[in-house]
Formats: sequence, C-alpha cells, structure tokens
Amino acid sequence: MPESTFSSEAAATLPGAVPSVAPVRAPLPPPAPPPLGAPPPDVPPIADGPAEPVGAERLAGRVVGDQIYRWTVTFFAACIPILLVLLAIEVVAAGWPALRQFGPHFLVSTDWDPVAGQFGAGPAIFGTVVTSLVALVIATPLALGVAVFISELAPGWLRTPLGFLVDLLAAVPSVVYGLWGVFVLVPLLREHVMPFIQRDLHLGNFPLFTGAPYGPSLFAAGVILAVMVLPYISSVSREVLLVVPRSQREAALALGATRWETIRGAVVPYAKSGIIGGIILGLGRALGETMAVTMVIGNRQAITASLFKPGYTMASLIANEFSEASGDLHLSALMAVGVVLFAITLLVNAVARWLVWRVSRAPGARAA
Amino acid sequence: MTAAAFPASGAPPRPASPRPAPPRRARAGAALKHRRTVTNAVMLGLLGAAALVAVLPLAFILFYLFKAGFSSINLAFFTHGPAPVGETGGGMGNAIVGTLVLVGMACVVGLPVGVGAGIYLAEFRGGRLATAVRFLSDVLNGLPSIVIGIFAWSLFVRPVHHFSALSGGVALGAMMIPLVTRTTEELIRTVPNALREAALALGYPRWRTSLTIVLRTALPGIATGALVAIARIAGETAPLLFTAFGNQFWSFSPTQPIAAMPLQIFNYAISPYDEWHAQAWAGALVLLLLIFFLSVAARLATRTRYGAGGD
Repeated sequence: MPESTFSSEAAATLPGAVPSVAPVRAPLPPPAPPPLGAPPPDVPPIADGPAEPVGAERLAGRVVGDQIYRWTVTFFAACIPILLVLLAIEVVAAGWPALRQFGPHFLVSTDWDPVAGQFGAGPAIFGTVVTSLVALVIATPLALGVAVFISELAPGWLRTPLGFLVDLLAAVPSVVYGLWGVFVLVPLLREHVMPFIQRDLHLGNFPLFTGAPYGPSLFAAGVILAVMVLPYISSVSREVLLVVPRSQREAALALGATRWETIRGAVVPYAKSGIIGGIILGLGRALGETMAVTMVIGNRQAITASLFKPGYTMASLIANEFSEASGDLHLSALMAVGVVLFAITLLVNAVARWLVWRVSRAPGARAA
Repeated sequence: MTAAAFPASGAPPRPASPRPAPPRRARAGAALKHRRTVTNAVMLGLLGAAALVAVLPLAFILFYLFKAGFSSINLAFFTHGPAPVGETGGGMGNAIVGTLVLVGMACVVGLPVGVGAGIYLAEFRGGRLATAVRFLSDVLNGLPSIVIGIFAWSLFVRPVHHFSALSGGVALGAMMIPLVTRTTEELIRTVPNALREAALALGYPRWRTSLTIVLRTALPGIATGALVAIARIAGETAPLLFTAFGNQFWSFSPTQPIAAMPLQIFNYAISPYDEWHAQAWAGALVLLLLIFFLSVAARLATRTRYGAGGD
C-alpha cells in the first residue's frame, strides 16, 4: 500500500503490478488507468501469500537468495571431493619421477641405497603391514571387550565416563605417544616383556621372537599402535552395538540364554559387519600413524622374521628421511612411498566405511 | 546352543551337546547349566578386565607426563624461546605462539568449508552429491596426516623452495575439514524440524531459516565440533615436518618456517640432551592438558545442551 509513490519503478520491472498499486494515490493526476484498464483481473494470481502488496520483489529476492544460498553450500560441499582429487594429483606428481623410473619393481625391491640411486619400498611396506597386524592382534580383543562392556554390561553411571576415557586415548597426540614410548615403553619392553617372552615362555627360538631384545623394534611399534588404534575400533564397535535392536537381546534372554550367550549369540553377530568395519578402520589408522612409530621402531631398512628387530614403516621412512633427502630422486622415492601409502589407506578406509554404513543404515538404525 | 537352553528335557539322548558333558551324571543338565554359568561369569569378568586394561595406558601416560614434565613448567617455559644446548632453562614460548598461529590459519581454511559442507549435508541430505560428499569426507578423515603433509608440501613448498607457516596452516586446515563437516551435519540434524517448519511457515526464505534459525540453534554444538577438531590438529606433527618445519626463533611471518609444539617435542625427544628431554616432557604435558581441556569442555557443552542420548 504505502509504496504507491514509487510505482513507476515497480512498473519498470514488473508491469503487471502497476495498476493495482497506482490507483490508490491516483486522485491528483487525471485518471490514467483507462488505457491499461484490462489488467485488474490479472492481479489476484500474482499475490503468492496472504500479504498481497509485498509479494513481487520479495518473492524474487527470496528465490535469488535461496539460489545463492544453495550454490554457496554446494560449493563448500564440493570442496571435499575436489580436495581429495587435488590431493591425489599432487601426491602422485610428487612421487612420479621415482615411480616411472622403478616401476612395479619399486613395491617389492628391498634396495634402499640413496648413494647408488636405488630405491625400493619393500622393507617399509613389510614393516607397515607387520606392525599394523601386531597392533590389531593386541588391540582388537581389548577394544571389543571395552565396547561390549560399555554397551551391554556397564551400569549407567559408568558408561559415559568410561567411553569418554577411551575416546581420550584418541586425543593424545601421536608425538606424545612417541615420547612416552621412547622413555617408558621401550625400556619396559626391553627389560621385562621381551626377556619374559624369550626366557620364561621359552619362545626365544620361535622365529617371531628371536634376536637380542634391544627395545626399538617392530614389536614396540606394534604395541604403541595398539594403544593408538584401540579407541577407534572401540568407538565404532560401540556405535554399531547401540544399533542392535533391544528385541534381539530380549529374545535371547527370554530363551534362557545367559548374558554372555546373549552377547555372543545374538548381539555381536547382528553388528558383525560393522565391527569388522571398525577393525579395518583401526587398520587404516595403524597403517598411516607416523610420529610415534618413527620414534620407537628403530628405523632400519630390513625385512626380518623377528618382531624384536628394528624395522621401518612407510610413514616413518618418509618422516625420517625427508629432511636429509639427498637429491631429487631420493625425495621423489620418498614421495612415491607416500603414494603407495595413500593408495592403501584410501582403499582400506573406503572398505571400512562401506561396512560400517551397511550396518548403521540397516533397518532399525534410525530408531536408535 | 539351543539344546542348552532346555535342560529339563531328559539328558541322555542328546549327542548334539557341544562339549561332552560328564555322561556319568544322571542329571547332565545340571552340569551343563553349571558350566554355562561359569562361562558366563568368566567371560563377563574378561570383558570388564578388557575395559580396565584399555583405560590403563591413559593413566600410565598421564602419570609419566606429570612425573617427568611438571618440574620444568614455570613462567619461563611459556615466555622464553629455547635455550642453547647445554644451558638449562629456556622454554617453548615461540612454539606455543607458533601452534596458535598455525591453528588460527587452519581455522580460516577449515571452518568455512567444513561448516558449509556440513550445512549442505544436513539440509540437502538425500542427493547423490550429499552421499558422495559424506562418504568422501569420511575417507578423507581416515587419510594419514603425513600424506596430507606431502600434499601441502607439493602444493606450496616445492614450487617456491621454501618452508612456510602458511603451508602448515593449510595442511592442518585440510585435516579439519572432514571433522568439522561431520559434526556440523550431525548437530544441525539434532535441531528439531518444527523450528524449521515454523520459520518457513512465517514466510522466511529458506536461506534465512537456515542461517538465522537452524544454524543459530546448532551454533554451540558446531563450536564444540570446531573445538574437537582444533584439539585434534593442535597435536599433529607429521604434516608439519614438510611444511611449517619448525623454528628455533620467534616468528610470526606466514612465509617463514614457524615453530610448533609437537615439532619441538619431537625434536627434543630424539635429541641426546637431558635438558631437552625435560623440555619435551613439559611440552607434552602442556599440550596434552590443553587438548584434554578442549575435549572435556566440548563434551560437557554438548552434553548439557542436547542431553546424553543425542537424537
């Protein structure tokens, strides 16, 4: 209503709106409407809401605003795939010279001789796989134990704090684990655990545990990795266990199963693929952990059967040699190791996520 | 297992019983029941033990950090840069400032993208792009930080042959994005739909509904998510090896190498000097307390606001 003085402006943009507005203050000028007399019947359809006069401009602004809003957030969302693609391109570009020179041989070769210009990632890949497996062997039962304990057994007052404490393990920075590993864990392993395994358990001749117990070793790295991946496995497991429908438990208990039988027979199988996803997620973390491992693994290019000997992982190799890389090929070889690490973790993560998703989107998941 | 559930129905004709129950007993059912009860008790005990063992390392680490680091924490630790080798004293002032600078840069990169993408995921959740972004951000979240370091190095450091604080900030920012995205999405989803509908019904356009009603309601939670992400990246070391690189001196320039606490801890820890080891412990203690403080604050904030159950 009050806009009538500026009706000419409105007329320029939206002609249909003019006649409805103009007549209100029309008394002074001679009656203009006659030539445009026809429109009035058109007016009602324009009004989109209860307030007729504000409609046109506001509506147009709203549509534009919504479009801008939509495209802005879409742009931000698109940043994530773009970032991943850019990441892949940059990492591969960094490692390309070495990858081209050594080809697939790079993956299996055990030569790592910067002076001779020979590079092979064999020992690093081996060490990565071995330490991650050791970590999973140690961490999985513990993590599942915690997860089941929290979701099935713990009294209500204990659940939140206990879960939080386990989650805090994931918040401890890698370098702090490394520091602790160097000064506390490695001496402990060297003086007590390793001799205990070799002497008291009489496993000194078993291939996995041969050699003098120096301390810095694949084993030490595995133990520290176990502590580091435990919270990831346990929090994913906890999440999928929470999704298991209550009726599943009640049915088992009603049939006379004990608590343990309920857990083993009814709860865990239901969440199985999610739990496996959590374990694989832990594996992904273990594969890529850098600082703590670099500090306790001993950093030696060798493939050994014994866990008590020093080794290398891909991440620790890159971290350790980067600052003293001699020449472009050496640098590129380190980056090529990064490419391998990138590819492996990408694959492992994708598989893990897919497994976890399958469970948490199963029927009943929403109800949680 | 099912057979075990009906002990009353006469024992003898039951060869299916998994482990041989003592056949001499007339009432094998009772024995079986006894065994099941024992197994139950043992396994429940083991689960409890696992919970205990899992929490032990945390106590263990905290104990040693306090024991070895507490004595080196004083005013100089926060206000001075590193002392030359062989001298006691000195501190991590420059590294603390460096970490703050890096985290600030990371926030500038990571927060807008993360929050924006989170809004997209929550508001346009059904589309194919949303599903892809959700999946890829989880994958990105799982990538090793050292790979992200290589990325930032290759993008920013290699072309100019010069380590810089900026490249470190970008690397950390890239690590923040998936974390912030997912927490933002989750928290926006906890905003009751009725609020949204009410705003739309009053004639608010969608963008205003989103930004002024939904986002504002979820804001404390999103801030919490940002805190958690900051806590996570503040302790990252690996990506900084190639980018921020560390610096023994005070530096505020984005184009120069800059010190950071995790880097300093790492360098001190692998050095052969006892004074530096002490500094490393003190640094680790301060860093960990900072991170725990952020985590606890974040946890408490979300809990009081949204209740323990989430949605």
